[in-house]
Amino acid sequence: MYEFKFHRPTTVRQAAGLLARQEEAKLLAGGHTLIPTMKLRLAGPKHIIDMSQIEGLSGIEMKGRSLVIGALTRHVDVATSPIVKENIPALAELAGLIGDPAVRHRGTIGGSIANNDPNADYPAAVLGLGATVITNKRRIVADDFFKGLFETALEPDEIIVRVQFPKVNKAGYVKFPNPASRFALVGVFVSKRGSEIRVAVTGAGANGVFRVKSFEEALKKRFGAKSLDGMTIPADGMSSDIHGSAEYRAHLVGVLARRAVAAATA
Amino acid sequence: MTAVAMTVNGKAVTGDVDPRTLLVQFLREHLRLTGTHVGCDTSQCGACVVHIDGKAVKSCTTFAWQVQGANITTIEGLAEANGPLHPMQEAFREHHALQCGYCTPGMIMSAVDIVWRKGNDLDEKTIRHELEGNICRCTGYHNIVKAIAAGAKAMAKSA
Repeated sequence: MYEFKFHRPTTVRQAAGLLARQEEAKLLAGGHTLIPTMKLRLAGPKHIIDMSQIEGLSGIEMKGRSLVIGALTRHVDVATSPIVKENIPALAELAGLIGDPAVRHRGTIGGSIANNDPNADYPAAVLGLGATVITNKRRIVADDFFKGLFETALEPDEIIVRVQFPKVNKAGYVKFPNPASRFALVGVFVSKRGSEIRVAVTGAGANGVFRVKSFEEALKKRFGAKSLDGMTIPADGMSSDIHGSAEYRAHLVGVLARRAVAAATA
Repeated sequence: MTAVAMTVNGKAVTGDVDPRTLLVQFLREHLRLTGTHVGCDTSQCGACVVHIDGKAVKSCTTFAWQVQGANITTIEGLAEANGPLHPMQEAFREHHALQCGYCTPGMIMSAVDIVWRKGNDLDEKTIRHELEGNICRCTGYHNIVKAIAAGAKAMAKSA
């Protein structure tokens, strides 16, 4: 990989200052996206800002009717947390499906959504639950956060500190993983909070995570897998690669959405 | 160059390394602990798995400087030097769970971690699911799964 200087700030303010001052700087959280991309020379930041020495960025707690997860919380901790399992079990299940056990010991929620990999799992949960991303500067709602392939609304010196998930009545996540990398070929997250229905899809879209309005409308009438019978989405805008064609992915979206609703209503 | 210091297999170690040095490189090239292997270099195969502060981690996806001050255990540190094999290692031997042996250190380190997290009574489905981060080209996994089930039980006896 290309050479770099690394920094280990002890506060978010220091980290933000470093991000603002240094050219081509990248934050390091769990490292299980950044380091592989650096090894492949797809990324070559001149400065790496390690977040691990900053206190107070990890943790899971309920605040009123919201589940708040610190940005540096590891996937394994979300997957096994009694608080998450009790309040939004589908979120714990999703975290438990990311990568593999060793990856889950290091990967973080903040790193995952800041990166916005089109095949990552967390973006589907954040969009599918209508979460709010809290940074060192402001609060960004999910619908405004994900902007495209590997792109988010984050400004260059902006750092995610927490993600806040509203408690919902029903939620489910079903993923069709790539057998080797275990990334989501397609993953669908559905939730119902009163009359607000969300269906968020990862893995399929060429531009990253998206909501399926037609499915949401159908589920508003009745939140059951049968409401989606025979419904499909068009193949335009779906990813096409060696792992699956756009048509295959579009088809999987319908299949997995029905399974996710079934899981949510089980 | 940057100074690193950590504990590896119970011994304090230090080094002066290029910041790009991955933990797997530090272990293999600087400390000559070559039991940890580089398999895929894309964080998928698990041949590089070691324990960092009691958790299985892919050492090819970690910089050495990231784990300053941590407690690292490699395959060489599972059993006492000149002592008997760790029960999980013994189970792999007895159940013929390796052929070329390249994935084996990572399999064993992951297996021990599975027992720590999931207990000593592991069924086949659990083991296969927990091994998703370890790839083997030789064995077809059957004997690895049998060995891990047996090793898990054996670890309960020597706990």
